[in-house]
Amino acid sequence: MAVGKEIRTKIASIKNTQKITRAMEMVAASKMRKTKDRMQATRPYSKKIGKIIKHLAQANPEYKHPYLVVRDVKRVGIILVSSDRGLCGGLNSNLFRKTLSHLVQWDNANVEVDVCTIGTKAFGFFGNLKVNLVGQVSKLGDAPHLSDIVGVIRIMLDAYLEGRIDELYIVSNEFVNTMTQRPTVEQLLPVVACELDENLNGHWDYIYEPDAKEVLDNLLTRFIESKVYQGLVENNACEQAARMVAMKSASDNAGNLISELQLIYNKARQAAITQEISEIVAGAAAV
Amino acid sequence: MTMTVHVDIVSAEKEIFSGLAEMVFAPAELGEVGISPRHAPLITKLNAGEVRVKVSASESYPFFISGGLLEVQPHLVTILADTAIRANDIDEAAALDAKAKAEEALTDKSGKIDYATAQSQLSQAVMQLRTLDRFRKRGG
Repeated sequence: MAVGKEIRTKIASIKNTQKITRAMEMVAASKMRKTKDRMQATRPYSKKIGKIIKHLAQANPEYKHPYLVVRDVKRVGIILVSSDRGLCGGLNSNLFRKTLSHLVQWDNANVEVDVCTIGTKAFGFFGNLKVNLVGQVSKLGDAPHLSDIVGVIRIMLDAYLEGRIDELYIVSNEFVNTMTQRPTVEQLLPVVACELDENLNGHWDYIYEPDAKEVLDNLLTRFIESKVYQGLVENNACEQAARMVAMKSASDNAGNLISELQLIYNKARQAAITQEISEIVAGAAAV
Repeated sequence: MTMTVHVDIVSAEKEIFSGLAEMVFAPAELGEVGISPRHAPLITKLNAGEVRVKVSASESYPFFISGGLLEVQPHLVTILADTAIRANDIDEAAALDAKAKAEEALTDKSGKIDYATAQSQLSQAVMQLRTLDRFRKRGG
């Protein structure tokens, strides 16, 4: 029967798409678990180093490290963390929108911006814009290593030390829960400590071994690196969660579409049969 | 009751030790240090080597680190390790293997291999083996 051939092929193709989205959903779900574990594993370190930085902010050192000194802002640097692949809902576009609104603010304040991107999506987006792209790294996979991102961090830290940028920000997605990811902009340099520890009031300073500059250099670089790394693994977990949700709704939509088409197909088939019967009956009556 | 200090050892990958201790020994860059409770504030770089946490007179835990930072507050000791492994976990075969490879790389100076990397690999392997040795002698 030739009825509704187009509808049938359409249903078949939607079914194939649904199979793909369902498979992607399951892959994303299992990857999300792993990336979430990885994200949680890095937390103690960044928490502890944050605590040390907080203590340090309350010390009264003779040596002022450049990373701790606030300067007039003429140019800022941002490190933008995005995913490598698409099909993860509005994750990247929300992040880029947030970044753009900050870029506009800086532009209005006559502050120039240097951008370093992590991930192919950010590179693809900001590569086409008129922004000053100073470095990029991509294709890091699901288990990124700190050594992969040291390069872009170094670029920014050197620029800061040489006075080419006066502030450094990191833009990435924060993992709130599986359904919600929030784009955030966080200041990395100069290092600012918010809440203070009351136990540490009074005038005191650390003993630095071998010397203050070397130790602080080491500590603050680690701090920045751990922040960026944390942002990266968190963004990875966000990507998988967002992809899982996006693929789930895609599968659901495909299901709805299929049942609608099936209904149309059945109606068409029934109409054709009815017509055929009435034609036969009419033909028999005429004889 | 003896005085204790809170000790946290973390590496970039995970938390390794957290708890109270009577004393902590760590391989600081200018030589091995022992930190007792109420030590003056101190920040120092750590070399590759063994960190020992003395929980009580009879009980102490060894850890291997391949470098890091030590922060001391009167009530708190924090060690940020680059890689810390429980000394019992060090796979001796792997350490020996790494040492052999590094030595091989050192003798083969044909230019392909980065001399500095090889040397640091060697020192790490040697340190791991030394930690393991000491751990064994103590009857672990």
